[in-house]
Amino acid sequence: MSNIGGFKVNRNTLIVALFLVAVIAGGFYWYMSKPQAKESLIVSTTTSLYETGLLDELKIMFERTHPEYNVSFISQGTGLAIETAKRGDADMILVHSPSQEQGFLESGSGVNRKIFAYNFFIIVGPEADPAGIRGMDPIDALIKIRAEGQAGNALWVSRGDNSGTHSKEKALWTATGLVLDEIKVETAGDSAGTWYIEAGAGMTATLQLANQKLAYTITDVATYLKNYKNGNIELVKIVDSGKDTLNVYSAIVCDPDTSPRGMFEGSMEFLRFLISDEVQTMLVTYGEEGFGSTLFKPWLPELEDPDSEIVGWVEEYAYIDGSECPVEYRQNAADLYR
Amino acid sequence: MSWRPIVEGIGEAVRLILTGDRVVLEITLRSLQTASYATFLAAAVGLPLSVFIVMREFPGKRALRFFFNAMVGVPTVTLGLFLFTLFSRSGPLGSLQLLYTVPGMAVGQAALILPIMVSFVVSAIESKDMELRDLVRTLGASETDTSIAIVREAFSGVSLALVSSFNRAFAELGIATMLGANISGVTRVLTTAIALETNKGELGLSFALSFILLIVVLGLNYAISLLRGGAT
Repeated sequence: MSNIGGFKVNRNTLIVALFLVAVIAGGFYWYMSKPQAKESLIVSTTTSLYETGLLDELKIMFERTHPEYNVSFISQGTGLAIETAKRGDADMILVHSPSQEQGFLESGSGVNRKIFAYNFFIIVGPEADPAGIRGMDPIDALIKIRAEGQAGNALWVSRGDNSGTHSKEKALWTATGLVLDEIKVETAGDSAGTWYIEAGAGMTATLQLANQKLAYTITDVATYLKNYKNGNIELVKIVDSGKDTLNVYSAIVCDPDTSPRGMFEGSMEFLRFLISDEVQTMLVTYGEEGFGSTLFKPWLPELEDPDSEIVGWVEEYAYIDGSECPVEYRQNAADLYR
Repeated sequence: MSWRPIVEGIGEAVRLILTGDRVVLEITLRSLQTASYATFLAAAVGLPLSVFIVMREFPGKRALRFFFNAMVGVPTVTLGLFLFTLFSRSGPLGSLQLLYTVPGMAVGQAALILPIMVSFVVSAIESKDMELRDLVRTLGASETDTSIAIVREAFSGVSLALVSSFNRAFAELGIATMLGANISGVTRVLTTAIALETNKGELGLSFALSFILLIVVLGLNYAISLLRGGAT
């Protein structure tokens, strides 16, 4: 026993205390000694894009050719991702919600919007398909689900979290001609609950809820495949890709005149990187390894193809005033658009 | 579903620990580091504040104590959102550049655990005989010496407060998410990594990281119980 400042301390205690101090000091040194010279490019992005692992791959590729930058991704769901950029806490956004993107441009926070990839949402449900919608197109399928829901035969789970997937779902319901606020409160058959269930959760949690309830839901392909492959869910794909389930990913750079971060050059470098041949080619096969299926389709090759029906779909769904990015929202980017 | 993710998780945790996975090591160290800073920071403010609250009579004392007791239950995401607004570039403290950094997360966690520390320490000191204070004073001790004597007397309660605060900071998610944003290699800590893997549907890996978190918490608390046992 020794006596330190009036505290009686034995040897074991001293060893433990010294160990703790060493760990903390070591951690501090390790943190401080990391190179800080690189410029930090902060990209605010949606969870569904980040969780595929694609962005981590892109970071490695980008930093190989642009060693002066250190790219950080903040993945938050489209609503919060846009809000973060508006507040000046990010340099650019990667999102998939055309209506919210238009709002971002119109608020004066963003410039130089560029579409770089697309894919399709799918509607999944129980293998038994209680609503009998297998193979229908998405709009008819939703109308049928609602009818069967009212009869107490089917349930629908919504993300309910203002994510890009959620806004897509709301757009689909609008396209059916039904009023979402009205059908939301309809009871399922004779039961007390509604057939329309709002999860207010991320995609995996929503899929698991749908799985437990034997309900239908709309999902991005990557999150669905991962959960299915890992045995978390038994839901199967009921309604496949089509014009109405198109999902378009774009990048928007924060307006250098309003953004306090001063990383316009770096953000433009990353934007050009996304539409480069290198990335566009890599997107064609990305996902085969980890998911057993490709996840994204590159956008630029479609523009080269005069017969592409996708271009028409994208123009209708994701263009703003007939353009990827209207002229008034472009800045030093004449070469990006034609 | 079944038990598969848990079983997988245990196996994966063992594998990650045995192979000394670099990424897992990094985020574990960062968790320890953030929670340690937060505990130091909260102790630096909380211990003097607690002594002050116990020893002095001042207007609003009851209200202050009530405030700290109530704040023990503040949701982390609320506090995180509040601090996010402050630390954001366009916010009032934006010039400090604390957002998306380890020190920023530590400040947030310190704000979270300060009420825990103050409530614990105040009741620990109060549970000691207050005549001690007068006794020490009559023996001619200065104000500072009196405070040190009182904290020493309540050492067991104070160390419990420190441990509980550290555990809370180490295991919280809301503030790390809002202020750190789970940036890979910069602000990713154990809890945010667990949330990310869960969202991805990688439940096995989530469990593995959770087990590692539990192992670290248990290990640290065992070490500290030795420390407390050593002090009589």
